[in-house]
Amino acid sequence: MVRFIGFGAGLVFVLALIVAALMPREATTPDPIKAIVLHPREASFQHDGPMGLGVFGTFDRAQLQRGYQVYKEVCSACHSLNQIAFRNLRDIGFSEAEVKALARQSEVPSINPSTGEPATRPALPSDKLPRPFPNDVTARIANNNALPPDLSLMVKARADGQNYVYSLLTGYDKPVPKGHEVPPGLNFNPYFHSANIAMAKPLNDGQITYADGTPSTVDQMSRDVTAFLRWTAEPELEARRKTGVAVLIFLAILTVLSYLTYRKVWSGVK
Amino acid sequence: MSFPWANQYEPKQPFMQWVDSRLPLPRLVYNAVGAGYPVPRNINYLYNFGFLAGFALIIQIITGIVLAMHYSAHSTLAFDSVEHIMRNVNSGWMLRYLHMNGASFFFIVIYFHIFRGLYYGSYKAPREVVWMLGVVIFLLMMATAFMGYVLPWGQMSFWGAQVITSFFSAIPLVGEAIRTWLVGGFAPDNATLTRFFSLHYVLPFVILGVVILKIWALHIPGSTNPTGVEVQGPADTLPFHPYFTAKDFFGLCVYLMLFAAVVFFIPNALGHPDNYIPANPLSTPAHIVPEWYFLPFYAILKAFTVDFLWIPAKLWGVIAMFASILLLFFLPWLDTSRVKSTAYRPMYRIWFWVLIVAVFVLGWVGGAVAEEPYVRIGQIATAYYFAHFLIILPLLSFIEKPLPMPNSIAEAVLAKKPGLSGKHDSGPAGISPGAVVPAE
Repeated sequence: MVRFIGFGAGLVFVLALIVAALMPREATTPDPIKAIVLHPREASFQHDGPMGLGVFGTFDRAQLQRGYQVYKEVCSACHSLNQIAFRNLRDIGFSEAEVKALARQSEVPSINPSTGEPATRPALPSDKLPRPFPNDVTARIANNNALPPDLSLMVKARADGQNYVYSLLTGYDKPVPKGHEVPPGLNFNPYFHSANIAMAKPLNDGQITYADGTPSTVDQMSRDVTAFLRWTAEPELEARRKTGVAVLIFLAILTVLSYLTYRKVWSGVK
Repeated sequence: MSFPWANQYEPKQPFMQWVDSRLPLPRLVYNAVGAGYPVPRNINYLYNFGFLAGFALIIQIITGIVLAMHYSAHSTLAFDSVEHIMRNVNSGWMLRYLHMNGASFFFIVIYFHIFRGLYYGSYKAPREVVWMLGVVIFLLMMATAFMGYVLPWGQMSFWGAQVITSFFSAIPLVGEAIRTWLVGGFAPDNATLTRFFSLHYVLPFVILGVVILKIWALHIPGSTNPTGVEVQGPADTLPFHPYFTAKDFFGLCVYLMLFAAVVFFIPNALGHPDNYIPANPLSTPAHIVPEWYFLPFYAILKAFTVDFLWIPAKLWGVIAMFASILLLFFLPWLDTSRVKSTAYRPMYRIWFWVLIVAVFVLGWVGGAVAEEPYVRIGQIATAYYFAHFLIILPLLSFIEKPLPMPNSIAEAVLAKKPGLSGKHDSGPAGISPGAVVPAE
């Protein structure tokens, strides 16, 4: 009985699929944007380790600090970094005093302790980095109805994120292909998914003055801020790899021992 | 215990005698995973996956309980609370990555386990109930994994929940009402998140209960083995402990190495980047896909593109997707061949491998965009999937002439014919009658 019902059900399913497969398809025109959009360019970083395998690499603290400077002086005009508190900056090599000083430069919302009225106070290391806009509506109004996304997780939130961010920041000088119309208010960037991005070219040569004297080319600044955003997305990266190496060494020894035990236990068989 | 030659538990120490005569827990352990459980001596490494599945479940339960201490099941807090775990909780990133990749590895193990069951006919009499309980566990796992994926409340969480719950709206007349009831609103929102969290927490314990039933049912006939010949006497078996505890432990170490390599070095390789974007009901991702382990079933859902027999295409897809799993319940009666092991079924072996290829193709198509040629390839692979189980398998049992089988497991091990025994690391042939007794 099961077989007869199954046989019938099977025939119906197969028939429905054959009909569906034989159905003529509507002619589709390939999306012209797809031909324009480029795969991210490879960028190498110290934290990707030897051969870019990402097993041993550690962050270049000086690079992360330069990247923070780029974020603070350029990106933070529009983009928030909601997951990062000032105290986290200790991880990228700032001293406790430096972190306190950095925090004090910003004002955060507070209440007046004697009246309960809204007020502001200088930020503490435990405060999150200040947001450029109080809410999404003001952010959109200030940016031609485009919403600048939060950057904390950007490197994890895009396919091939690290190369993507670097390519996007350095991709503004590509010539617009013939026949491609960039809508008003948007900018051409072949690394963006629609090739037309609301963000105007953010970085220009010599735009900022690095404290350590590194020349601030577009490529250098893009690289530095990309490394910084890799850290904001994966602050646990170094601890994770270090733990991973220790765990794998432990397990490798345990595996050898367990195999020898297994052979010993079975040695009397057959 | 159905094995007359199984060792009976005889406590040696007075303390164990005292315990065993009051609460026979030592006896239970001895008979379940100790020297009192005889196992076919020729089972190969594919038989490690049952133990590994149990281990993967325990990893998920332990990491999950700790994660729940730090997670906030509220639509405005969930995303940030997961990031709080990743950044501020001591070793929180490890717990979260272990849990997230632990789900993927649980499915990898389960797929190997199902593959093993299909290849060696583990679903056939007298193990039908073992198999069916396994299908129940698989369904519960799918529900648990789906609801767990919603909890971080990222873009794929939200839109995955939207797509999956909309399956129920395909039911005629009452579908939309059922969907609204399940979701707790007209679209996924806080009510959805809180109920999914509650169910995601409780279902693993239901799975654990079914696992116990499954192990119980398994211990009546014992495991299958690569020959498919049932155990006939003590020469065919070895006690579970120490022989298979040692083997399972070695397998576990290898498994943990692969697991650790992914967790610590490529923790996001199996996930989708969009889930690091907070859920936004106003912005649909360009390409909504479920987790990789659901892709073959997602491909079956998408394969039905035309209204057929007055049933709309969407309903066909949903019926077929559920049918593709539910038909596994009937597998013991669809495949009537008495030969268990595929090694002795020359025709079935070919169709079996075609099925494996079809499932991989479905997984590939499931992750691809709904364009040609992927849609047609998916339709052909789906048609094969159903034809395999519902049409080919029942017919094959009548047509096929099985190859000659060994009379017993011991004979097969002794003869060491290629392909009959999964063990290639065994020493020179030559069995002594006392071989089943532990050497020391």
